[in-house]
Amino acid sequence: MDPSAFFTSSAVHIVAGKGGVGKTTLTAGLGLAAASLGLDVLLVEIEGRGGLPGLFGRNRLHYREETLAQGVRARSLSAEEALVEYLADHGFGPLARRMIDTGLVEVVSRGAPGMKDILLLGKIKQLERAGAADVILVDAPASGHAVTFLRSPRGLLDAVASGPINSQAREVLELLTDAARCQVLLVTTAEETPINELVETAFSLEDEIGLHLGPVLVNGVLPDRHLPADVRRAAKRAGVVLDVGVRRALETASAYVRRRVDAQQSQLSRLDELLPLTRLTVAQRPTAGLAHAHLPALADELLAAIRAA
Amino acid sequence: MPVPADLDPGDLDPDDLDPDDLDPDDLDPGDLGSLVAERSVLVCAGAGGVGKTSVAAALAVQAATLGRRAVVVTIDPARRLADALGLDGLTNDPHRVAGPWPGELHAAMLDTRATFDALVARYAASETQTAEILQNRFYRNISHALSGTQEYMAAEKLYELHVADRFDLVVVDTPPTRQALDFLDAPGQLKRFLDHRVYRLMTSGKRGMTGVLNRAGFAVLRTAGRLVGAPVMEDAIAFFTAFEGMEAGFRQRAQQVHSVLRSPATAFVVLTGPQLDTVTEAAFFLRRLRAEGLETAAVVANRVTPRFVEDEATLARLRELAGGPDRPPGEGEGEAEGGAGAAAGLAALAAAVLDQHDLADDEDAILAQLSIAPSARVPLLDHDIHDLDGLDDLRRLLFEV
Ligand SMILES: Nc1ncnc2c1ncn2[C@@H]1O[C@H](COP(=O)(O)OP(=O)(O)OP(=O)(O)O)[C@@H](O)[C@H]1O
Ligand SMILES: Nc1ncnc2c1ncn2[C@@H]1O[C@H](COP(=O)(O)OP(=O)(O)OP(=O)(O)O)[C@@H](O)[C@H]1O
Ligand SMILES: [Mg+2]
Ligand SMILES: [Mg+2]
Repeated sequence: MDPSAFFTSSAVHIVAGKGGVGKTTLTAGLGLAAASLGLDVLLVEIEGRGGLPGLFGRNRLHYREETLAQGVRARSLSAEEALVEYLADHGFGPLARRMIDTGLVEVVSRGAPGMKDILLLGKIKQLERAGAADVILVDAPASGHAVTFLRSPRGLLDAVASGPINSQAREVLELLTDAARCQVLLVTTAEETPINELVETAFSLEDEIGLHLGPVLVNGVLPDRHLPADVRRAAKRAGVVLDVGVRRALETASAYVRRRVDAQQSQLSRLDELLPLTRLTVAQRPTAGLAHAHLPALADELLAAIRAA
Repeated sequence: MPVPADLDPGDLDPDDLDPDDLDPDDLDPGDLGSLVAERSVLVCAGAGGVGKTSVAAALAVQAATLGRRAVVVTIDPARRLADALGLDGLTNDPHRVAGPWPGELHAAMLDTRATFDALVARYAASETQTAEILQNRFYRNISHALSGTQEYMAAEKLYELHVADRFDLVVVDTPPTRQALDFLDAPGQLKRFLDHRVYRLMTSGKRGMTGVLNRAGFAVLRTAGRLVGAPVMEDAIAFFTAFEGMEAGFRQRAQQVHSVLRSPATAFVVLTGPQLDTVTEAAFFLRRLRAEGLETAAVVANRVTPRFVEDEATLARLRELAGGPDRPPGEGEGEAEGGAGAAAGLAALAAAVLDQHDLADDEDAILAQLSIAPSARVPLLDHDIHDLDGLDDLRRLLFEV
C-alpha cells in the first residue's frame, strides 16, 4: 500500500483499542510518519489524560493547537471547551454562560450519555470540514469507552428527536459512516484479552455504527529470532565450549523467549482467523520508558509496514 | 469532573517523582503476608493492565490457603479467568469456588446496575418510589454512565460484603481508571452530586415558580431543554423529584463506606508495572493515600522482566558469545557442518539474554523511584493467568512460597 494513499484515504483516523496497548504511542508514530511524507498532520487528544504531550517533551496540550514537530500540530479537546464554543457559535445568548457555570449542562449531560461525546465528535467534524489538516489522527479513549464514544451519535438521535444536538448527531454520524472521510485504526497487542476485545470492538463499530475499519495495528510484537532450542547441540556444532552456568542461563532464556514468541504467533494466527483485516505489526522496543527519541524509528517501521501491506 | 483541580494528573511529570516526596514514615509499607492474614479489606489499585484483577484473585486464594473466608470482587475479568472462577454471566452475589484450601474462596463480579438498584431499593420509602426511580430513563443512564459510578458501586459492594460478616476478608479489584483515585473519592462524588446547586434547583422546581430564584432557575432549565431536548430535561426533573427524601439515606451510606475505606481494617495494595508511566501513577496514588491520611499500603511490582544471569563472569562470557555489535551474525567460529548457523543462533540467544538484562536494569532504576520498595516483584510470565493454577502460580510468586 502506498503510504501517502493510506494516510489520505480518509481525513480522520481514529486510533482505538484496549487500555495500555499503545494507542498513544502509535498515534504519535503515525503522525511523524505522515509528516515525513510532506503531509500536514493534526494530532487530537481527547480529554487530556494520555501521554501524547510527553512523547513530544511537553507537559500538556491545550484546546488551542500548537506545533509539536515539523508538520505535526496537536490539540487537546475537552467537552467543556467545545460546548462553550458551540454555544457561542449557535446564538445561545446570555443564559449559556450561566448554564455552564451552574453546572447544569454537566449534570444533565450525565443523564443523556453521549452528550459530551457528541460535543467532542462535533468538534472533530468541524475540524475535518474546515480542512484543518491533511491527516487528523485522533487518540481515542480505551475501547470499552471508544465504542460508547463512537456510538453516541446514534444513541442521541433516538434520545433527542430535534434541536441542535440532534442535527449535530446527524452530521457526526455522516462523518463516521463515510469511508472517504473517516476510518478507525484498531490497536492491539498479540495477547489473548486485547485481541478478544479488539474483535468485539471491530464488530460493534462496523455493524452497529457503520464505521469503516482500516488496518489493525499489532503493537509490541517480539521479533522471532529463531533461537536455538537445544543449546548444548548448538554449542557443539558451533565448536564453542560453554560452562554449566552459561549454558543453563541460555537454556532458560531460550525456553522463555521462545514460549513468549510462540504464544504471540498463535495469537496473531487467531486474530487473522477472527478478523479479516490487513494487519500491520510494530516490534516491542527493549525499553521501559519509550520516549521521543524512539519515535523516528517507530515512524519508519510503520511506513515500511504500510508499504509492505 | 471527578479529579479535583489540585490533583490534575496533567501536572505529573516523571521528574516530579521525588523519592523524598513520600516520607516512608508516613505510609506504613505493609507486608503483604500480614495484610492478607490480618486485614479485613484489601483494595487493589493501579494503572490499566498492571494485573489488578489477577492479583486481587491471587490474594484471596492466599487468604483461603491461610484458612480465612475470603471473597474477591472482580471487575471485568478476562473471560477465561471468569470461567475459571465460575463467574459465567453476571454474578453480583458471591459464589463459592472449590479448591484445595482449608479456608473459603468466594468470587463475585461487580454488576454496577444491580448494586445501584439494590441501594435505591434499600433507601426508598416505598416500593412505588423504588419502581419510579428504577424505571426513570435518567436514572438508568446515570446508574452506569455517571463517571465514577463503577468506582462508587465497587466501594458500595465492598462495604456490603464487609458488614455482612460472612467473610473474614474482602478483596476488591478496581476499575481500570487511568487515575485509580476515583475509587477513593467515589462515595464523596455522590455526596457532591446531591449537594449540587442544580440538583436543588431541579427539586425546588416543582414547588412552584413563585420565588425570584426559581423563576431565574426556570429560565436556565428551559434554555438547557432547548439545547438537549425537552424529553431529556423532563426525565432529569422527574428523577430528581422521585429521588427526594432518599438523599439522607444515601449520604449516610456514603459516609459509612467512606469510613470503612479509611479504617485500620482496610489496606491498599498498589500495583505497578515496571514501565515509567505505571510507576508514575502508582507514586501518584501513594501520595494521594498519604494526603487522605490513610496509613497502610503495600506496593507490588508485576510483570517485571526476569533476569537469566546474575554474575558478572557469566555476563562477560555472554558478551563474547554475542559478539561485537558490528559483527554480522553468521560469521561465527564454527568449523563443523552447520557450524556458522549454530554460532549465529548462539550469538542471537546471548544477545537476547543481554537485552533482557539491560531492560531489567532500566526497570530497576524506574522502580527505585518509588519510595516504598515493592513488597513483591512478580516476573512477566511466559503465559497468561487465566485459571486457578495460574492464580496459584501468581500467589506463590507474590508470597514466595
Ligand atoms: N512498541 C513498544 N515497545 C515498547 N514499549 C511500548 C511500545 N508501545 C507502547 N509501549 C509502552 O507501553 C505503555 C502503553 O503505551 P501507550 O500509552 O501508548 O498505550 P495507550 O493504549 O495509549 O494506553 P492508555 O489506554 O492508557 O491511553 C507505555 O509505557 C509505552 O511507552
Ligand atoms: N505476572 C504476569 N505475567 C504474565 N502475565 C500476567 C502477569 N500478571 C498479569 N498478567 C496478564 O496480564 C493481563 C492483565 O492482567 P489483569 O487483567 O489482571 O490486569 P488489570 O490491571 O486488572 O487490567 P485492567 O486495568 O484492564 O482491568 C492479563 O492477560 C493477565 O493474565
Ligand atoms: Mg493513551
Ligand atoms: Mg482488571
